[in-house]
Amino acid sequence: MEFFVQILINGLNIGFLYGLAAMGFVMIFKSSSVLNFAHGELLAFGAFFFLTLVSAAKLPLPVAFMGALALCFALGFVVERIFLRPLIGEPLIYVIMLTVGLASIFKGLMLLVWGGNLYMFPPILPAKLSITFAGITIPPVYLLSTSIGILFLIFFGLFFKYSSQGIYMRSVADNQSAALSLGVHVRRVFALSWAIAALVAGMSGIVLGIINGVNVHDLSSIGLKVFPVVILGGLDSIGGAILGGVIIGLLESFTGGYLSASLKDVVPYMALIVILIIRPYGLFGLVEIERV
Amino acid sequence: MKSFHFRPCGNLKERYDEELRIFETDFGRAAAIIGGLLFFSAATLLCGSYIVYIFNIIAISSIGALGLNILVGFTGQISLGHGAFFGVGAYGAAVLATRFGIPFIFAVPAAGFIAAVAGMIFGIPSGRLKGLYLTIATLAGQFIIEYLLVHWESLTQGTMGIILPEPQLFGISVVDDRRFFFVVFVILIIMILMTSHLMRTRYGRAFIAIRDNDRAAEGMGIPVFRYKILSFGISSYYAGCAGALWAYYMTSITAEPFNVGLSVEYIAMVIIGGLGSIAGSVFGAAFIVVLSETLRWLTDTIMSLSIIQGMELTLAAIRELVFGLSIVLFIIFEPRGLAEVWRIVRSNFRLWPFSY
Amino acid sequence: MNDKPLLQVNNISVVYADVIQVLKGVSLAVKRHQIVSLLGSNGAGKTTSLKAISGLLKPENGKVTEGTILYNGDNIQNKAPEDITRKGIIQVLEGRQPFKYLTIEENLRVGTATRWGKPYREDLDMIYEYFPALVPRRKSMAGYCSGGELQMLVMGRALMAHPDLLLLDEPSLGLAPLVVKEIFKIIKQINEEQGTTIILVEQNANMALQIAHFGYVMENGKIVMEGESKELKENPDVKDFYLGMGTRGDTNSYRDVKAYKRRKRWL
Repeated sequence: MEFFVQILINGLNIGFLYGLAAMGFVMIFKSSSVLNFAHGELLAFGAFFFLTLVSAAKLPLPVAFMGALALCFALGFVVERIFLRPLIGEPLIYVIMLTVGLASIFKGLMLLVWGGNLYMFPPILPAKLSITFAGITIPPVYLLSTSIGILFLIFFGLFFKYSSQGIYMRSVADNQSAALSLGVHVRRVFALSWAIAALVAGMSGIVLGIINGVNVHDLSSIGLKVFPVVILGGLDSIGGAILGGVIIGLLESFTGGYLSASLKDVVPYMALIVILIIRPYGLFGLVEIERV
Repeated sequence: MKSFHFRPCGNLKERYDEELRIFETDFGRAAAIIGGLLFFSAATLLCGSYIVYIFNIIAISSIGALGLNILVGFTGQISLGHGAFFGVGAYGAAVLATRFGIPFIFAVPAAGFIAAVAGMIFGIPSGRLKGLYLTIATLAGQFIIEYLLVHWESLTQGTMGIILPEPQLFGISVVDDRRFFFVVFVILIIMILMTSHLMRTRYGRAFIAIRDNDRAAEGMGIPVFRYKILSFGISSYYAGCAGALWAYYMTSITAEPFNVGLSVEYIAMVIIGGLGSIAGSVFGAAFIVVLSETLRWLTDTIMSLSIIQGMELTLAAIRELVFGLSIVLFIIFEPRGLAEVWRIVRSNFRLWPFSY
Repeated sequence: MNDKPLLQVNNISVVYADVIQVLKGVSLAVKRHQIVSLLGSNGAGKTTSLKAISGLLKPENGKVTEGTILYNGDNIQNKAPEDITRKGIIQVLEGRQPFKYLTIEENLRVGTATRWGKPYREDLDMIYEYFPALVPRRKSMAGYCSGGELQMLVMGRALMAHPDLLLLDEPSLGLAPLVVKEIFKIIKQINEEQGTTIILVEQNANMALQIAHFGYVMENGKIVMEGESKELKENPDVKDFYLGMGTRGDTNSYRDVKAYKRRKRWL
C-alpha cells in the first residue's frame, strides 16, 4: 500500500511538471499553430539562467527567480523576432522544421556555455516544510510545483477565455488575415505568445532543475515528452495540458513501478496512439470545423 | 528516329504525353545518360575510397529521402517515423540474412516489404488524424518501433546488435566501397525512375490531390484513406530498402542510430532539397550527408591537432550549432529548397542572354 | 462641412509578386459620409483596390508601385495594416471570414483591437441592435453559424472598431435575396446613423446602386466609368453589362461584349 501511494504521488508530481512544461507549448500553438520542437531547450535555458543567477551571480533566490523568468521572456521575444518573423505566412511544415533547427542551435549554444555536466542547485526549500501523509513524506518541491501548476493554469485559463489580449491571440491562430483586417497587431501577438511561452517553459525548467538537477540532455529530452502530453489533452487546451500531464505521469510511474523501467518511456506513446484513434483531437482539443 | 531538339523557351507542350514524359527532351535524356556514365567512371577511377564512401551514403540517404518525399512532399502527410522504418528495413535485412540465409539480392527488397508493412500499420491513424495530430502519432510510432528494436531480444539481439554476412551478387562479393557503389547507384537510379513514373500514374495524381485538398479529393471519388495508407507503405518501402542497404554496407547494426534524430534528419533532407521534388530529395540528401561529414572531418582534424584537452565537448556543441543554423538559414532564405535553386540556375542558363 | 474627400486614391498601380500587374492606374475619390460602390466583373481589380487601401496587400506579396493613397490628407500607401486600421479604416473581407473557434461575442470583441483597453459593452449592445439575429447565437461558435449570420457577424465585428471608413467586399456573396435585402438595408442604416463612409464592392450592381451615392465601374484594373449612382443606373452600358437589362437585344452575347469593348476604347 505504501509503495502504491508513493508511486501515485510520484506520478502526480511528475505529471504536474509535464503539464507545466506542456503549458508553454500549448500557448505557442494557440496563438500561431506552431508545433515547437525547441520547447525542451527553452526549458533548459530557464534552468540554466536560474542556475547562473543563483550560483555565479549569487543573487538572492526570489530575485534570481524573477531575473531568470525575465531573461526567458526576453529570449522568447528575440527568437520570434529573428527566426520566426520572416516565416509568417509560410506553410506550417517550414515553421516546424525551423523549430527543429532552433532546437539544435540552442542545444549547441548551451553545450558551449554550460557544458554537458549535471549541476545541482543548492537546497532551496528547507526540508522541514515537507508534509508527512500516511507514512509517506512529500518533499516541499513537489508541493511547490503542484501549486505553481494550478496557479498558472487558472491564470492562463482566465487570460485566454476573458481578457481582450487573450481573445486577440486566439483570433490570430484562427484566421490570420481576418485578424489583420480588424487591426489586431499580429506581429505583436506572435512576439508576445513566444515570450510568454518561453517564460512558462523557463519556469517549469527551473522547477524540474530543482528536483532532478540541471543537464542539457535531460531537460531537452523533456521537450519530446511534451508531445504525448499535449496531444492527450488536445493541442489547444491549457487545462488539457495539465490533465494530459497527470495521465502521462501516472502511466509512467505505474509502469515503472510495477512492470518494467524500460517500458516506462514507451507507454505514453502507446496510450497516445490509442487515445488518438478513439478521440482524434485529444481529450479536450477543439474539433476542427471544416466547411468546404 | 525522332527529331533531336532542345528545350523550348516556354511551355509549348501540346499533348498530354509530352507533359508526362520523364525527360522533356531527347537532349535531356542523352545528357542524363552521358552525365551518369561520366560520374560512374570518375567516381570509381579518380576518387579515393573515402569519397566513394560518401557517395554511397548519399545514395542510400537519397533512397530514403525519396520515400519520405512521396509521403510528405506529394501526399502531404508529415511523418516523424521515417528513421524507424529505415531501422525496420535494416533489421529486416539482417534477420533475413542471418536467420534464413536469404541472399543479398532478395533480402533488400524483402526488407523493403517488411518496412512497408510496418509503415502501413503506423499509417492507420492517418484515417482519422490530420495535420499535426498525425505528425505526433507517427512520432509515437517512431518511439514504439525503437523500443521494439531494442527489447525484442529474441529477434534483434537487443543492444548486442547483429553482424550481417558479406553481401554477394551473382557470386561476387560487393562489400568493397567501389563495388558497393555500383550496386547502390543502380538501385538509386531504379528508385528515381520508379518515383517519377509513379507520379505520372493515377496513384501519383491521387496523392497530389490528397495533399492539395483531401476533402475535395474525397469528393472526386478518391478513396483517401486507402491512398494515404498506400503512400505510407510506398514511402516505408523506400526507407526499408535504404535501411537494408545501409545495414549491409555497415556490416553490423544496433538499434541506436534509428532514433528520432534520424527521422528529423530525413525531414531536413526533404525540406532542404525541396518538398515534392524528386531531384530535390537527392540534393537534400547530398547536402545533409556532406554537411555532417564535413563537420565530422573538421572535428577529427582539430581533435588530432589536440590543441586543448577536453575540446571534444565544445566541438560536439559547435557541430550541433552549425547543423541547426544551416537548416534555419535554408528555411528562412530559400524555403523552396535546393531544387528551386537548381531550377533558377537552370532557367537562367536556358533563357540567357535574353531573360525576358 | 468639410468638402475635401476623406479618401483620395491617385492613379495607383498594384503588382503582385513583382510580376503580375493587377491595377493599372486607378483613381478614386470618396467623400465623407457617402456610400461609394465599386462595380465590375470578376478579376477587374475591385478587391485588390480595397486591399491596397487597407494595407492587406503586403501579406499577399502585393505592393502599390505607383501613385498615392491619401486618407484625411495622410499618405497611407504601403503602410502596415496595423497602422491603417488605427486610423479608422476597417475592411470586411470577401467571403466572410469568421474566427471559427471563437463564439459570436468573442468574435465581436476582436473588433476592439484598434482601441485597446476601452470598454466595449455599449458597442456590443449597439451591434446587437443592428443585428438582432445575432443575439440568440451569442455564445455559440462562429464556425457553426449560417452564411447570413456570419455576414452580419463580420460586419458587426468591423463596426465594433468605430471605423470612419468601412470597406465592404461583396457582402451579398452567396446569400439568399431576402437576406441580401436586409444586409443592404442595414448598410444604408449604418451610413445614415453612424455617418460611416463606406466603399462597397459588389457584383449585385442593381442593389449596390440603389443605396450608393456614387459609383465606379472597373474593368481590367482600370476605372472605366464613374458617376452619381442615378446616372450610372441610367447609363446604357452599365444597364447592358451589369444590370442585365439590355436595350439592344435580349441576350448579351460574346459579340456584344466585344463590340462594347471596342466602343469603350474610343471613348
